[in-house]
Amino acid sequence: MHSFELVKPKTLADAVAALADGAQALSGGQTLLPTMKQRLADPGTLVSLTGIPELQGVCQGDAGIIIGGATPHAVVAREAAKYYPGLAALAGQIGDPAVRNRGTIGGSIANNDPSACYPAAVLGSGATIVTNTREIAADDYFLGMFETALEEGEIVTAVKFPVPQKAAYAKFVQPASRFALVGAFVAQFADGVRVAITGASNNGVFRWPEAEAALSASFTPEALKGLTLPADDMIADLHGSAEYRAHLCGVMTKRAVMAAG
Amino acid sequence: MPKDGGIGDSTKRREDIRFLTGKGRYTDDINLRGQAYAYFLRSEVANGRINGIDAKAALAMPGVLAVLTGADFAGMGGNPAGWLINSRNGEPMKEPKRPVLAHGKVRHVGDAYAVVIAETYQQARDAAAAVEADITELPAVVDMAQALADSTNLVHDEIGTNQCFDWGWIEDNRAAVEEAFKNAPHVTTLELTNNRLVPNAMEPRASLADYDAGTGDYKLYTTSQNPHLHRLLIAAFVMGMPENKLTVIAPDVGGGFGSKIYHYGEEAAVLHAAKVLNRPVKWVAERSESFLSDAHGRDHVTKIELATTKDGQFLALRSETMANVGAYLSNFSTATPTFLHGTLMAGPYKTPLVYVNVKTVFTNTAPVDAYRGAGRPEATFSIERIIDKCARELGLDQAEIRRKNLLTPDQFPYTTPVGLVYDTGNYQATLDKMTELADLAGFEARRAESAKRGKLRGLGLSTWIEACGIAPSNLVGVLGARVGLFDAATVRVNATGNISVMTGAHSHGQGHETVFAQIVAEQLGIPATSVEIVHGDTSKIPFGMGSYGSRSLAVAGSAMTKAVDKIIAKGKKIAAHMLEASEDDIEFKDGNFSVAGTDKAKSFGEIAFSAYVPHNYPLESLEPGLEETAFYDPGNFTYPAGAYACEVEVDPDTGKVEIAAFTCADDFGNVMNPMIVNGQVHGGVGQGIGQALLENTSYDENGQLLTGSFMDYAMPRADDVPFYKVDHSCNTPCTHNPLGVKGCGEAGAIGSPPAVVNAVIDALHRGGHTHVSHINMPVSPARVWAAINSK
Repeated sequence: MHSFELVKPKTLADAVAALADGAQALSGGQTLLPTMKQRLADPGTLVSLTGIPELQGVCQGDAGIIIGGATPHAVVAREAAKYYPGLAALAGQIGDPAVRNRGTIGGSIANNDPSACYPAAVLGSGATIVTNTREIAADDYFLGMFETALEEGEIVTAVKFPVPQKAAYAKFVQPASRFALVGAFVAQFADGVRVAITGASNNGVFRWPEAEAALSASFTPEALKGLTLPADDMIADLHGSAEYRAHLCGVMTKRAVMAAG
Repeated sequence: MPKDGGIGDSTKRREDIRFLTGKGRYTDDINLRGQAYAYFLRSEVANGRINGIDAKAALAMPGVLAVLTGADFAGMGGNPAGWLINSRNGEPMKEPKRPVLAHGKVRHVGDAYAVVIAETYQQARDAAAAVEADITELPAVVDMAQALADSTNLVHDEIGTNQCFDWGWIEDNRAAVEEAFKNAPHVTTLELTNNRLVPNAMEPRASLADYDAGTGDYKLYTTSQNPHLHRLLIAAFVMGMPENKLTVIAPDVGGGFGSKIYHYGEEAAVLHAAKVLNRPVKWVAERSESFLSDAHGRDHVTKIELATTKDGQFLALRSETMANVGAYLSNFSTATPTFLHGTLMAGPYKTPLVYVNVKTVFTNTAPVDAYRGAGRPEATFSIERIIDKCARELGLDQAEIRRKNLLTPDQFPYTTPVGLVYDTGNYQATLDKMTELADLAGFEARRAESAKRGKLRGLGLSTWIEACGIAPSNLVGVLGARVGLFDAATVRVNATGNISVMTGAHSHGQGHETVFAQIVAEQLGIPATSVEIVHGDTSKIPFGMGSYGSRSLAVAGSAMTKAVDKIIAKGKKIAAHMLEASEDDIEFKDGNFSVAGTDKAKSFGEIAFSAYVPHNYPLESLEPGLEETAFYDPGNFTYPAGAYACEVEVDPDTGKVEIAAFTCADDFGNVMNPMIVNGQVHGGVGQGIGQALLENTSYDENGQLLTGSFMDYAMPRADDVPFYKVDHSCNTPCTHNPLGVKGCGEAGAIGSPPAVVNAVIDALHRGGHTHVSHINMPVSPARVWAAINSK
């Protein structure tokens, strides 16, 4: 690891100011710190977001629940369960306990790893990403592998989730990292079903409109019968071919529907 | 019932207290005053010519003390191969020099070519980035078949080929085996790979070197499974110094699995640096360095054929294997695919004719050497997979085809067609025990229940044998070994009656400190708590050969027993003097020396005290002191064997395999500590399941390691393995060592992979996917799904 300065602001305003000089925001550090340890990143100055009270916690809002951007997965798993069990269950399956107690929702979706779990929940729920400057609909936020609509220095301060009638996440893990090889999040709202898939695509998390339409008509595993995704844009690596991932999208979506009940 | 703390007692491991409370003392826990830190520069290309290394800028950086390169070590000797193998045509193997640091060429990603020494590790690492290495990348040789076919693109230009040797075992049997295949009623053929594995011991390799300018003595603290072997290799072969000027200390070591048998260049590099700088120098590998530079395991590509009668009686077996040795010959890399593999190809069976061909191949990849099981897992996998396939082709039950061909108890000692003499065994007994424990009769009901949940259940068997307790020096010497494989122990009875046992074996997780104490305590009739085991320091222990090949108990434990015998003999002399009796009349029992037929006796403690307070000893006939050393060289390998059953559930939608049950019935001979034996089996089977389902070392065509971290290299986790059923009640004690023990350290890793893969194939067949005859390890979900859908 290269040496670096660590700034620990107590308020969002101080964090924004600290980031203005081109410093790097640090949330739970579950991606950034390993990258720095391998000397693949040399940020110079890190601005920690985890000591800012306004970025912490799970609470009920007008139209669902609001999760502070620096809230660790373990807290979401515990505290969101009574509001949004499908989301809490997803948070409870991320990584291992050490990861869940450090990693944060804001860090995860700011990084937008194509195999991360949270992007599936955020996109699958039609959540809204709140930053220090604006609100961004999930549909406009995820722009591709490791790419988001965030501007330089913009901080995810919260994520607002509408709470669906039913929702579940089904993850098939990559055997080594236990990231999602394919993860499917389905959410049934009064006005329709949303399906978001993580892990599979070279373009990062995506919605599956055909599955959404079928499930909106009938929220049953059988409704997905015959639906397939093309393998063209799927990730192919040591752990699975593009065809395998395309196939798993169907399997995991079906399992998510079954889990949602 | 075994005595508390004696032989056969499941005494809890005394060393675990310090390990579990953070009081273990590993190499990196040792710090010497004024120590500097080393960081090695490693090649980023698989094959490259070093045109020059400019360290000027690095040397100017803060804290930097020195930058040493391959040129600084060019005058030293090469790190040798420990075993000379001759090709079928009689030519000796090709043995290119393995230098301390790469010089002239780098030959694999991770090949160290320079080392920066600085006041701190971070300074060394910072400065490493400023070292300018001018390296021209050359085309890499990665695939074994291509490496053999290509005579222009060579890993070592000076040997003119990428083939190290082409070995036939036993060459004289070749014609008879070929004839048997020509005439055989049925021949089963299978091509398979034995996947390359990264050992991934929990503690990475580490070295701390110290040099005493006053005496010229070197000291090396290092992660070694065999400190005397390290001392021999470093002193006599590489650095060219008298062995008595080098002390090697392997303190607590966090796992080895073979990877810490070998001498690596980093060790000599830090020793030399310590002398150059006249300061201690420490190096601790990062995990990514372990992936790149620890000797990997396995990596065979094999075609195996089994000739049988129509009713499944084995007539002949032959195999052709390409074995990867990587870029350099590691110390036992030539023995592993040959004498630890070819000699086992008869398995526990009556197969009358066997022929094995092995071609070893240099490639631009990390060196490959012995890894838990070493050659024997490769042999067992080939044999047990071909039997499985043969049984399917002939419509025979998996247990029955094995039962039909297993050696029977009346056939021992049995000389195999591949040169071993099995001393004893009862393979039917372990097969019967496994059948009972695994409830094979109830399998169909369990399969039906799995099917209700949409899962395909399968059953796989493996009846394995191995040759361990390595090894008789007489035999291995004939076979090309350049070392002896005896071991040694010194038993020192202290004046107050407690005991220090200095052993040549090295414990890096095995529990020697507990088991060896149990053995000595039992034999001397004293509490185990009075016995302390000393290991891992060449300045304290007798010259022993260390721990690998499931040898510690069978070889070092036997040396200990011989030394205890000498202690008892000496104790009798002392007792005879003290009791004024004839030595022949002294009996030793339960810790007391007594005169036969009388109530005159002296306790062990009284004898010990007298040995060091020898008032009125007849010094011309009785030496003071009570300390004895014994060297033990076994008469034969030991031959543990067993029967394993694995049940899996396959999810046909995802290809995911779960181990539903795993049952082991093993014959390890006499068992000293059943709990520790269970632990060894659990660990070995866990590693075997890791190999079978998860672990894969993958290089791309340019020789870049694709699985260089735990993000892509899948290690087995607790939820990947089941609760095992383990039994070792079917004992046939080894006939040629004093404890009747065979060795259990590698068994699980040897016997389990074929059981797992056989179970997956069985599940697919029972599920109607009969077109799948084999899936290469690791049998990952993606591979299973692809196989199911390959029609």
